[in-house]
Amino acid sequence: MSDASTTKSGGFPNPLAWTGRGTLALFAEIGRLSMFSGRTALSALTPPWNLAQLWKQIIAIGFYSLPVVGLSAVFIGAALALNIYTGGNRFGAEQFVPNIVVLGITRELGATITGLMLAGRVTAGIAAEIGAMKVTEQIDALKTLSANPFRYLYAPRFLAAALTLPLLVLIADIIGVMGGWLVSVYALDFDSTTYIRNTMDFLTMEDVAVGLIKAVIFGMVIALMGCYQGSKSSAGATGVGRAATLSMVGAAVLVLAANYILSTFFVQIGI
Amino acid sequence: MTQPILELKGVEKSFGSNHVLRGVDIDVAPGRSLVVLGGSGSGKSVMLKNALGLMTPDAGKILFDGKDVTKDQGKTREAMRSRIGMLFQSGALFDSLTVWENVAFRLLNADKVKRSDAKEQAIENLKKVRLGASVAELRPAEISGGMQKRVALARAIITKPDLIFFDEPTTGLDPITADAINDLILEQVKALGAAAVTITHDMASARKVADEIAMLFEGKIIWRGPASEIDRSGNDHVDQFVHGRADGPIQPSL
Ligand SMILES: Nc1ncnc2c1ncn2[C@@H]1O[C@H](COP(=O)(O)OP(=O)(O)OP(=O)(O)O)[C@@H](O)[C@H]1O
Ligand SMILES: [Mg+2]
Repeated sequence: MSDASTTKSGGFPNPLAWTGRGTLALFAEIGRLSMFSGRTALSALTPPWNLAQLWKQIIAIGFYSLPVVGLSAVFIGAALALNIYTGGNRFGAEQFVPNIVVLGITRELGATITGLMLAGRVTAGIAAEIGAMKVTEQIDALKTLSANPFRYLYAPRFLAAALTLPLLVLIADIIGVMGGWLVSVYALDFDSTTYIRNTMDFLTMEDVAVGLIKAVIFGMVIALMGCYQGSKSSAGATGVGRAATLSMVGAAVLVLAANYILSTFFVQIGI
Repeated sequence: MTQPILELKGVEKSFGSNHVLRGVDIDVAPGRSLVVLGGSGSGKSVMLKNALGLMTPDAGKILFDGKDVTKDQGKTREAMRSRIGMLFQSGALFDSLTVWENVAFRLLNADKVKRSDAKEQAIENLKKVRLGASVAELRPAEISGGMQKRVALARAIITKPDLIFFDEPTTGLDPITADAINDLILEQVKALGAAAVTITHDMASARKVADEIAMLFEGKIIWRGPASEIDRSGNDHVDQFVHGRADGPIQPSL
């Protein structure tokens, strides 16, 4: 196929052929990623489950992400409160800081920040680990030892991410709101009791649920991108490094895109 | 004639313009030891990976126990893999697991053997490759290259497979350990009745373990015969390889 398009134009790349080939390659890639995702999801949702691996991944993905998620959330919450205060000040609406902080964190920022931080920490880590296994023939070895990589490697990561992300987001929500409260009370002279009461009054289960549902999807995206890029990593340290970078960028973009789509969806159905 | 346990018929495999296998025909009888010779980069490892279904041939057929497994992804191939042991050239140990968990991997995962029993068997098999129980709890990264190779060997034989692929089992080992590995391969074949396909550059090892020897050159099996005839093959390529001469019909493609 490559021969036909280059030889016709006498050695110069034909821009039409080039675009066509790029488009085809893109569709082929989307097709492969979809197949991979389907097989992973199927392995994750049907027995037998590898509980030992699942537990290991829950610790690796969930537990060890707590510090980075907590720190990011507190700063985002604080910055949010500060900005809303400054913005609200212009038309005398600064008393709405607690309301907007809790809304913004639960519906949007808790999940997005967690998703983005884990796209860095978790996706790149998974891609590097699986990529290294691929290039050192460990994935081939798994197959010859009658272990299916989808069940042994990918499904536990997928499940662990989908299960722990909502918990992490819940924690990010709480810490994020706390960050807003800290700044409001200690820097912006809000009354602590009033701030907390306003937050509680404005907090709804629906808003929290929106964030948590997003989190499940982000978890899937994060694990899938890491596993997929890792599993097709090419040989050598550069190959593995490339897989890690590609997976991280891919996961971050997909998390943001999915976030937009999900936000639109929830607004449409009136939640 | 008994049915071969493994048969490759006209297997071809290319990577882009690199035509590695160009119609490999070979078969392995149950309980026999076949050694495959061939220059570096001639496609020996690729041949094994095709046989195992880790790569799909572009053309040709692979039969295991008479059943076509060329493109099979299901039960037949699974059944085949549970009867084959593979020693990868690179060892391919799982670096997140300890040495004994590597050796016992199939027992622990596919066969659901109790951990304590699996560990016992793993240590027993480590002994066969001249490794003590003291390495059992170490990680692959903490042992030497030659030791890793032997751990991988122990992993390949622990379930007493019917067919074992050894991709350069003695490379990187001292002569004494290498000879112990040769004995181990012989034991698998003679005592346990396994068929073995061994890839090696080590002529001493080839002479010792082979019932038959085959030579892979330019993507085809160009000679095959009983091990006793390796010095009278009447084939210039084989002669050059056996005597390790740089001048002859086999020249590096530069
Ligand atoms: N996954 C792959 N992708 C592309 N090319 C490959 C791949 N695996 C092997 N090759 C190519 O196939 C050829 C044969 O490789 P192979 O590993 O089978 O050699 P070999 O006979 O085992 O050599 P050695 O004795 O050095 O191990 C080489 O030219 C190699 O570059
Ligand atoms: Mg090789």
